[in-house]
Amino acid sequence: MNEEINREIDRSQMQVSDEVAIQITGMNKWYGAFHVLKDINLTVNRGERIVVCGPSGSGKSTLIRCINRLEVHQEGSIIVDGTELSSDLKNIDKIRSEVGMCFQHFNLFPHLTILENCTLAPIWVRNVPKKEAEETAMHFLEKVKIPEQADKYPGQLSGGQQQRVAIARSLCMKPRIMLFDEPTSALDPEMISEVLDTMIELAEEGMTMICVTHEMGFARKVANRVIFMDAGQIVEENEPEQFFTNPQSERTQLFLSQILGH
Amino acid sequence: MANQSYVRTEMLGEKPPPSSQVGIFKWVMENLFSSIPNIIMSVLSIWAVYYVLSGFMPWFFQSSWDATSLSGCREHIAQKYGEGVEGACWAVIRERWPQLVFGFYPRELYWRPVAALILLFVAISPILFTSVPRKILLFSMVYPFLGFFLLWGGSIWLPLSAMAGFVIGYFALGMLPKMIGSLGATIAAGVLPIIYWLLISGPVISGLNSIAPIGIESIDSDQMGGFMLSITIGVTGIALSLPIGVLLALGRQSPLLIVKTICVTFIEFIRGVPLITLLFVASVLLNYFLPPGTNFDLVLRVMIMVTFFAAAYMAEVIRGGLAALPKGQYEAADALGLDYWKATRLIIMPQALKISIPNIVSNFIGLFKDTTLVSIVGLLDPMGLSRAILADQNWNGIVWELYAFIAILFWVFTFGMSRYSMYLERKLKTSH
Repeated sequence: MNEEINREIDRSQMQVSDEVAIQITGMNKWYGAFHVLKDINLTVNRGERIVVCGPSGSGKSTLIRCINRLEVHQEGSIIVDGTELSSDLKNIDKIRSEVGMCFQHFNLFPHLTILENCTLAPIWVRNVPKKEAEETAMHFLEKVKIPEQADKYPGQLSGGQQQRVAIARSLCMKPRIMLFDEPTSALDPEMISEVLDTMIELAEEGMTMICVTHEMGFARKVANRVIFMDAGQIVEENEPEQFFTNPQSERTQLFLSQILGH
Repeated sequence: MANQSYVRTEMLGEKPPPSSQVGIFKWVMENLFSSIPNIIMSVLSIWAVYYVLSGFMPWFFQSSWDATSLSGCREHIAQKYGEGVEGACWAVIRERWPQLVFGFYPRELYWRPVAALILLFVAISPILFTSVPRKILLFSMVYPFLGFFLLWGGSIWLPLSAMAGFVIGYFALGMLPKMIGSLGATIAAGVLPIIYWLLISGPVISGLNSIAPIGIESIDSDQMGGFMLSITIGVTGIALSLPIGVLLALGRQSPLLIVKTICVTFIEFIRGVPLITLLFVASVLLNYFLPPGTNFDLVLRVMIMVTFFAAAYMAEVIRGGLAALPKGQYEAADALGLDYWKATRLIIMPQALKISIPNIVSNFIGLFKDTTLVSIVGLLDPMGLSRAILADQNWNGIVWELYAFIAILFWVFTFGMSRYSMYLERKLKTSH
């Protein structure tokens, strides 16, 4: 296991409802002539925590970036919260304000303070009054345990702190779904656990989450489904316990032996 | 074998540096005389500076300030400092000072350009310094029309009517989105003022003029000149080239093919042609393209060309800034649900402009100095005037004094810009 998660995890809120949050059917995507995603079918219910893993280049980041249309798919359909992703700009903006996203390199806005980073989208997209937006922002900054950094600039924070700000920034939009694109891969080992803790707290509150990550400890303890991708396809999909102890496909076995073997 | 295990029991604090690391003696030893080559270079440099100054300073200071001709200057210097002394004849600057500053602007109306310059400083202060009250920005918006009115004079209805066009555009942008959507409102905000200026404003102005002929004495552009002209053209070019450059840079990156083609063609054409050619087009050819009967002021035509020229360069500078932004900034803005214009205004442009500050200011400085080229199409900027002064029998043969004076005045302005840019960079620095 890469990272030990020592704390007890409260599963009381982590219940999966029958309501569908994301439905991907027969989705295909090409970069030019290169077929990156092949016939993806995936249904995510509200409250589910899904971990997507796989070797680099397998299309896992591309998959979650299709869900808020940072990447455009060419075939099939993606329905998020009952709205289908199409080239209609209104739908895209609606979905993007409902779906929060955290990036590998945080992508905070370096010219704005931490507080301004958090209030910008609520003020300009949701038309929330500035005062109220600042109160919400401070609430979420307290939640990720860095309220004292509110007036600093991103460049003055450590990587782990920046990623927690990025999570708070997404939460300020009150999203119903959170996407994590390798949130801990750019961090020093001692900062990984502070970010994972924040993510676990989110899971405990019942947030629907899709995480692309190699933190297998997190996957085992928090996820209720693990998806293994290779060569643009979903190769295996299972509960974490089953996935780790009894992987079915050869590709999965090889991948697990490589990342868990040392 | 020695025991290799070592455990530090307490961390060390900081100590002040030893005395050899501080003070002026250390600075001199380190920076001037640290090694043999350094000593040789220091001595040579000091000698070179002395050599230049010892030639220049006597000329500069053993000079004459009151005389009415070059020969008068020479006599004066010979009397005062002895026969054979070569000194500067600053009297020419003293005598021609009003001309070098105002051109042939009527003497009794000098207050108008002076007022325009003072108000210019008021108008740009809130743009340059955030500590100035924001309310002055309203005045900054009115200033272009006020400045035009002060310099050119004439009927007050012309600048007011031009301003009315912008007001129409502003209200179209503010009121129409609810009725016809934001895209329609943006187009209307662009089209309505143009319709107003082309079709309605002419009759309105002549109507108002016949009812209430309010105005001040009108000044022809051939009466303008000197530094007043350089500053007018330079400031207009600087103020307009930045926003136009931003739009061109965005247009060049636009996925809309027609917008992109227009912007690329404009940038590449204007950038590929020498400024002098464009100025000749402004002075000679442009009248052929305008509707017959319109008498478009030469200074205004030159201003348009200088602005276009600067905007094309500016667009490329800003494109460089845009290219330097990591893709993640665009993605983060998208992922938060910001639309294109909001993302551009709040996230992309502030950062792209900040990266480009040194280049933008370089362009501004270049533009300001390039205004001296207008002397080629017959405008009497300081360079044009200096030629006229040299042709004067009294001052025939004077060269250094005039050009030195013009150089110093330009330098004062450009050095100010350069310092401001460094101040801005320091202020906008947000990381350690």
